[in-house]
Amino acid sequence: MTTTAPVASPILETRKLNAWFGDMHAVKDIELSVAPNTVMALIGPSGCGKSTFIRCINRLHEEIPGARVQGEIILGGENIYARGMDPVVVRRKIGMVFQKPNPFPALSIFDNVAAGLRLAGVRKRSVLEETVENSLRQAALWGEVKDKLKAQGTSLSGGQQQRLCIARALAVSPPILLMDEPTSALDPISTARIEELVVELKKDVTVVMVTHNMQQAARISDRTAFFLLGDMVECDETSKIFTNPQDKRTEQYITGRFG
Amino acid sequence: MNPVLRLRSSGDPLAIRDFRRRWVNLLMVTVLFTAALVAIVPLFNIFLYVLRQGLPAMGWDFLTQLPKPVGEAGGGMANALAGTAVLVVLAAAAGVPIGVGTGIYLSEYGRGKFPATLRFAVDLMTSIPSIIVGLFVYVVLVVPMKSFSAYAGGAALAIIMIPTVARTTEELLKLVPNHIREAGLALGIPRWKVTLRIVLRGSLGGIMTGIMLAVARTAGETAPLLLTSLNNRFWANSLSEPISSLPVQIYSYSISPFEEWHQQAWAAALLLVGFVFVLNLLTRLVLRRQPAGRD
Repeated sequence: MTTTAPVASPILETRKLNAWFGDMHAVKDIELSVAPNTVMALIGPSGCGKSTFIRCINRLHEEIPGARVQGEIILGGENIYARGMDPVVVRRKIGMVFQKPNPFPALSIFDNVAAGLRLAGVRKRSVLEETVENSLRQAALWGEVKDKLKAQGTSLSGGQQQRLCIARALAVSPPILLMDEPTSALDPISTARIEELVVELKKDVTVVMVTHNMQQAARISDRTAFFLLGDMVECDETSKIFTNPQDKRTEQYITGRFG
Repeated sequence: MNPVLRLRSSGDPLAIRDFRRRWVNLLMVTVLFTAALVAIVPLFNIFLYVLRQGLPAMGWDFLTQLPKPVGEAGGGMANALAGTAVLVVLAAAAGVPIGVGTGIYLSEYGRGKFPATLRFAVDLMTSIPSIIVGLFVYVVLVVPMKSFSAYAGGAALAIIMIPTVARTTEELLKLVPNHIREAGLALGIPRWKVTLRIVLRGSLGGIMTGIMLAVARTAGETAPLLLTSLNNRFWANSLSEPISSLPVQIYSYSISPFEEWHQQAWAAALLLVGFVFVLNLLTRLVLRRQPAGRD
């Protein structure tokens, strides 16, 4: 039932991925592949499993008590769920930006961005400074904060905080960046900035993004996957999904007949 | 006519009810205000009384000299002052790490039966009468060591300190939203580092406050010290000897028949109240300097 046009040489691929919360089967047999340097958007009504799905990609789902994952996720040729694979190592390769901006409390802007490197053992001041500047530039925040790097991360506005979180994720240079509704807590102007940023980031990373905003998916993604009740109904080029969906349910959803 | 105007006309049942409501409201607010006033009156009374009674004997000598024998004028409580400091430092050295550790465990790893039992036990510990703590330490430390000692006193105070510190730490760490922990984990930081360097770090100000309040509280404990550190008319030469402390000194001087000693007990009381007061004040200041918005 899943219609998936295959992608040539994917960087990320899921095989028969299933996830549970206790007895609740939240993600069912998802097979999805993502090409490098593209943006993949996941759309679908609330509770359809798209957030749970991306939380499986960086092995964050299993941190919830009672949660369980089955299946394979191939990242750069390796199954991240293989026996003996350390989730901490996996997570260094896969950054994540959350729905609510969540800078670390009581840490400065600089320390927030440097946190990933520092806690991985990088001590050298020059390396940290360079990485922090580069990451903040990549996240289009450098100009706004370069004179107040010692200010608290939480003192920034919501949109700035979210870009700070993007910089923090980019600082450990992950090839994959997951975004879980990154703009749903932001105003339209901040949202537009983040969207521009995502398109810009494609040069360096592959983005998998959950969004409730179908226009957003249409604007910035290369491919779109439609999730419903834990199943992936359809995944195709974004233009196709929004103009000529293969599945009736996809069409009903994108035309606003439910969800 | 305007219906609002009609509501205010006399004879209208609604207007009468409105009038009664205002009076009941006024009465209740007065009752509550009086209760609040009565609650704080003793505090001011104690403060003023201790100040008046304690000030005459207070002075440089009182802070720097050893107690004089009965009948000799002057003398001070330098040893008790230092003793209280030593006991509090000993108690904090043992109690703070154990308390903070317990708090971290309960908040970050506290799921399931054992942590729930532990949490209940910690709550029970808060309500154990402090004399019982003294008795316990007397049995397990004083008797085997064959001597009252600063160690025993510190241990008793630590036991009193631990539950407060543990629960404060737990409550403050629970205030840190879970998505902060997830953000740390998602960066590829191991869980223990997320706990110590991000979650704990973010609530350090509040935890310090809790610790300072616990220290202030234990500094005034008397009962557990009577059975553990006892008292000492002189400087303690080592931590395994009985040591003097302000609360015990206040106790033994105030039940003595000598007027000069009563005077000195009041001065010691003033010192103790002053210490607790200053510590509380410092805590508020630290709290106010906390950056706003932890979310």
